[in-house]
Amino acid sequence: MDIHEYQAKEILARFGVAVPAGALAYSPEQAAYRARELGGDRWIVKAQVHAGGRGKAGGIKLCNSEHEIHEASEAMFGQKIVTHQTGPEGKGIYRVYVENAVDFTREIYLGFVLDRTSQRVMIVASSEGGMEIEDISASRPESIVRSTVEPAVGLQEFQAREIAFKLGIPAALTQAMVRTLQGCYRAFRDLDATMVEINPLVVTADNRILALDAKMTFDTNALFRHPQIAELRDKSQEDPRESRAADRGLNYIGLSGNIGCIVNGAGLAMATMDTIKLAGGEPANFLDIGGGATPDRVARAFRLVMSDRNVQAVLVNIFAGINRCDWVAEGVVQALTAEPVDVPVIVRLSGTNVEEGQKILAQSGLPILRANTLMEAAERAVTAWKNDRKQMMRAV
Amino acid sequence: MSILLDRSSRVVVQGITGRMAQFHTREMLDYGTQVVAGVVPGKGGETVLGVPVFNTMKEAVAATGCDTSLVFVPPPFAADSIMEAADGGIRYCVCITDGIPAQDMIRVKRYMLRYPRERRMVLTGPNCAGTISPGKALLGIMPGHIYLPGYVGIVSRSGTLGYEAAQQLKDGGIGVSTSVGIGGDPINGSSFRDILERFEADPDTHVVCMIGEIGGPQEAEAAAYIQNHMTKPVIAYIAGLTAPKGRTMGHAGAIISAFGESASEKVEILTAAGVTVAENPSVIGETVARVIARRAA
Repeated sequence: MDIHEYQAKEILARFGVAVPAGALAYSPEQAAYRARELGGDRWIVKAQVHAGGRGKAGGIKLCNSEHEIHEASEAMFGQKIVTHQTGPEGKGIYRVYVENAVDFTREIYLGFVLDRTSQRVMIVASSEGGMEIEDISASRPESIVRSTVEPAVGLQEFQAREIAFKLGIPAALTQAMVRTLQGCYRAFRDLDATMVEINPLVVTADNRILALDAKMTFDTNALFRHPQIAELRDKSQEDPRESRAADRGLNYIGLSGNIGCIVNGAGLAMATMDTIKLAGGEPANFLDIGGGATPDRVARAFRLVMSDRNVQAVLVNIFAGINRCDWVAEGVVQALTAEPVDVPVIVRLSGTNVEEGQKILAQSGLPILRANTLMEAAERAVTAWKNDRKQMMRAV
Repeated sequence: MSILLDRSSRVVVQGITGRMAQFHTREMLDYGTQVVAGVVPGKGGETVLGVPVFNTMKEAVAATGCDTSLVFVPPPFAADSIMEAADGGIRYCVCITDGIPAQDMIRVKRYMLRYPRERRMVLTGPNCAGTISPGKALLGIMPGHIYLPGYVGIVSRSGTLGYEAAQQLKDGGIGVSTSVGIGGDPINGSSFRDILERFEADPDTHVVCMIGEIGGPQEAEAAAYIQNHMTKPVIAYIAGLTAPKGRTMGHAGAIISAFGESASEKVEILTAAGVTVAENPSVIGETVARVIARRAA
């Protein structure tokens, strides 16, 4: 789960990481007012969205007066910001963060991640801050410093010092850098983060170490023990269909194609999308309905998939292991009888009691296309979608 | 032979009193697995499906000689249960639980290192379907009837894709020595490489079928091992060619976050290592059959 920059800075500050003075605003008037409260003569107005790359997309503005702050934030509020991390639909701006501008002499990249190779928390740092880590590793890989943390004892001071010296931090600031690194690690560990990123971490003109930006991502599996983090979820930054699905216990990710997918199991769901693509179509979504596909769950899945207006055919792919195909088939029939859909539906069943399942589908009288293998199902879905589209074109 | 699990395995189910655990314990008993104990703190002295329940793993091991564990404990408490199994002297543990915090798994992995290698428990999962040695024993939640006994080793991150492969093999009259689910989490007990090493050493596994997906370094590590150390042919399928970057696709570990973690890159790496890659999940069975025929010729 992602949180906003200002929230990440509040958290990190509690763990001893120094951040610029700043204040949150929900309107242009409030932004100007908060700048006056902060004092100073130069401020940064930053759009609060769950995505990086804001600067280039116009989400960060340097302002020299309250009037400029009002204007800059007025231009941001209610707008969608589109960066390489948001997708084409962008993310809405409903909050801005106003900070005192800071003069700095150096920019450093600092990241904490879960490293899957060492199966530990890894610190990734570079003297080339301000750029994204992907760009740093492409253009200046030798500048990257990596260090993994032994989980039993945590981040040791010597490790933090090593990083500070490798980054060329002035000796007088070594302790401040150690405090910053240990603060980030403790926040990561204590709050079950999966990522902490400070880019840039700067050395200021008056010789301080300061986090100018901050990003934190949390392990959704650990939110049960961090209610104060769970509260920070901002649904305005999520795809509404995905939020709705998540709230109903379905695992859904919207994509840009036309063939809706209803599948049990995450691996099989991905494989189903891939097979649709191989057959010449484009999947409209990823959807794992999990084990025990009850009629109710199948019906909810249909409603969810059909709420995407681009969907022109639906492929149901169920491997009944502990489930039984006849029960799944009944679920599909009940769902389609209760709420008929106006696009072709292709069902592929496999596993336990597959013959009984096929019989139930055949006897239902519903226009359900059946398939035996996943490839066959995908081909049927793509053909049905193309034919259906032709008919619609003729009707127009 | 088989790997990790056979007729002599004596199984303890941790969390046996839960509804899911009871259902699957019955399935395992019906399959012929020796389920000899259950462990649920505070429920010691009860019996479930005729199986005695103990308060602690140490008691269960002392009383029944169990050496293999299946963890059905809810996510907040699962890591603790795995560590209790490791400390209790269990040799092999499968954790089915989905949703364990990643940092709990970091702790589990670190904790297991305190035991010398020869006494260290082997863990597969979490977030997996389990392990089956067809005709011998079942340790998990997979449907036993889709597996024929035979000579193909299966190792899969996904549960249902592992079923898909087993069913296709059965349809083609091909059997399985052992099928191991390593699970969909970013930090797991055993990697593809760990399991491939065991299949390579198992005389009754002749061919290995490996089912991977987007995210993580384990397919690439497996490719390096296969290229340098494996004599047995490996067939692979990788799911997620159409998965967008940076999104978690159902499994907590199925997210493309670094170079080499997309499906197409993994297919490339595996192909370069001499692995036969099935183009789509419907042809996993026939690809294995083709490789077996080529090997026989």
